[in-house]
Amino acid sequence: MGRTVLLIEDEPNIIEAISFLLERDGWTVRLHSDGVDAVSAVYRIKPDVVVLDVMLPGRSGFEILKELRQDMALQDLPILMLTARGQTKDRELAESYGVSAFMTKPFSNTEMLDTVRALAERAGA
Amino acid sequence: MPRSALAGTRIRESRMALGLKQADLAAQTGISASYLNLIEHNKRRIGGKLLVSIAGVLGRDPNMLAQGGESALIEGLQNAAGPSDGAEIDQIEEFVGRFPGWAEKITAQAQRIAALEATVGGLNDRLTHDPVLSEKMHDVLGSVSAIRSTASILVTTPDIGADWRARFHANIDAESRRLAETSAGMASHFDRLARRDSGFATPLEQVSAFFERRRYHIAEIEADGPVVIPDILANSPEFESDAARSVAGTALKIYARDVERLPLVTFGAAARATRFDPAALAREFKVDLMVVFRRLASLPIAADMPEVGLVICDSAGAMLFRKPPPGFGLPRFGAACPLWPLFSALSTPGQPIRRDVESTENRKFRTYAVTSPVGMPSFEGPPLYHAAMLLISDEDGVQNPRPVGSSCRVCPRPDCVARREPSILQVD
Repeated sequence: MGRTVLLIEDEPNIIEAISFLLERDGWTVRLHSDGVDAVSAVYRIKPDVVVLDVMLPGRSGFEILKELRQDMALQDLPILMLTARGQTKDRELAESYGVSAFMTKPFSNTEMLDTVRALAERAGA
Repeated sequence: MPRSALAGTRIRESRMALGLKQADLAAQTGISASYLNLIEHNKRRIGGKLLVSIAGVLGRDPNMLAQGGESALIEGLQNAAGPSDGAEIDQIEEFVGRFPGWAEKITAQAQRIAALEATVGGLNDRLTHDPVLSEKMHDVLGSVSAIRSTASILVTTPDIGADWRARFHANIDAESRRLAETSAGMASHFDRLARRDSGFATPLEQVSAFFERRRYHIAEIEADGPVVIPDILANSPEFESDAARSVAGTALKIYARDVERLPLVTFGAAARATRFDPAALAREFKVDLMVVFRRLASLPIAADMPEVGLVICDSAGAMLFRKPPPGFGLPRFGAACPLWPLFSALSTPGQPIRRDVESTENRKFRTYAVTSPVGMPSFEGPPLYHAAMLLISDEDGVQNPRPVGSSCRVCPRPDCVARREPSILQVD
């Protein structure tokens, strides 16, 4: 089994597109669509990279990111935040919580794939 | 030069328009031609019987001769100049006298600028804080992302299997339909916003529009009490949803209770007798300041009434009720100016605050603010508060007012210690 990406996203057609791209690139893609227990999913799945949406049902991606980074063991977990909210303040908030990379929707497939690969390599996954 | 000084010029112009010689006018009014000459060149003041006499001969209204038709222009130019922007304030009257056409244009432009600033403020408020628009934009970007990513896969993956191809085609179809629906929804949302008399996005806005149309005075409730509330809710065009009718119902019940405690005739007379002093009225009627604030804001407009505004917010600063007085902008959504006494009151529940303020439109107001607990006392849960700020216009009585704004994005005040973000009205 290859490296694992946990995709936390609730838009079904975006999930399908990203999953297709990552799987063809050799990744194992695990899905989670709800904000409320997303942190538990990270502990359970132990992914190499997390792709995290901001607007999720039940809980925002910012809150999930903040909670994950509060655990010392997850300080270096590569997290790519993918959001329709591209305002400077959102990017700054994500950076203050320790996001590894930030991309706004609509995104380029190539750029998304390159970013996931680069994050994994940087983390030694 | 005082305003009356230009009376001489007006007398001279009126006389010449009639083709009357200076000596003839002087003779008919019992003064010497040389004295009339001094008056006409604004070197002697004129008033009283002589002014009336000259006006009679010239067939003019004495007040028009004394004051001219420029009072409104002078006031308009003073407003346009503002308090301290380097304009030659002391020469306004001379300017109006010499260039009335330009004065009229400058005044009209200043009024237009004020109106445009108010429009910009409203639109900015809307675009920044409109929850409906924000949600629809999110939906649009979600659909566009899915379409772009999926289309890109189809184009860049020639060996894609038939199953995947069919699924992706179906996904693009579904997302394009969703995009079309969302776009139509956004268009109709903007359309509703464009109609100023109906179609408001939120229940609070609909209720706000209702009170605005009624000028914050509900005559039926004043006359007949709460029994008329169902009729009002059923027949007011502003209420487009059950949610709006529910919010309005609560507001109108509070209105009816206030009327019961402070009947219009008694309260109106007392308000005038106390010169609209809320504390004195609260003592006289033995009610909370909040009740007096609401009641003062609901009095019908009258010549002997000052302009009264009221804003009520919850502990989070969200505005629940807004009655903007002329010359004081209240944002529809989002954060207001933190320098408002309303927010000082919010941090000191139960402690009334009295402060004088000046708006960005150079209008002066007495303000009274207080924060009161909401609902019945309880040991369960956090306490909830509503804060209210009453604004009473008082151009002559207010001394050394504190400059305040509406909200940072539409506030032109430079160097404000409370500024959160740059103003879109600052050109530098």
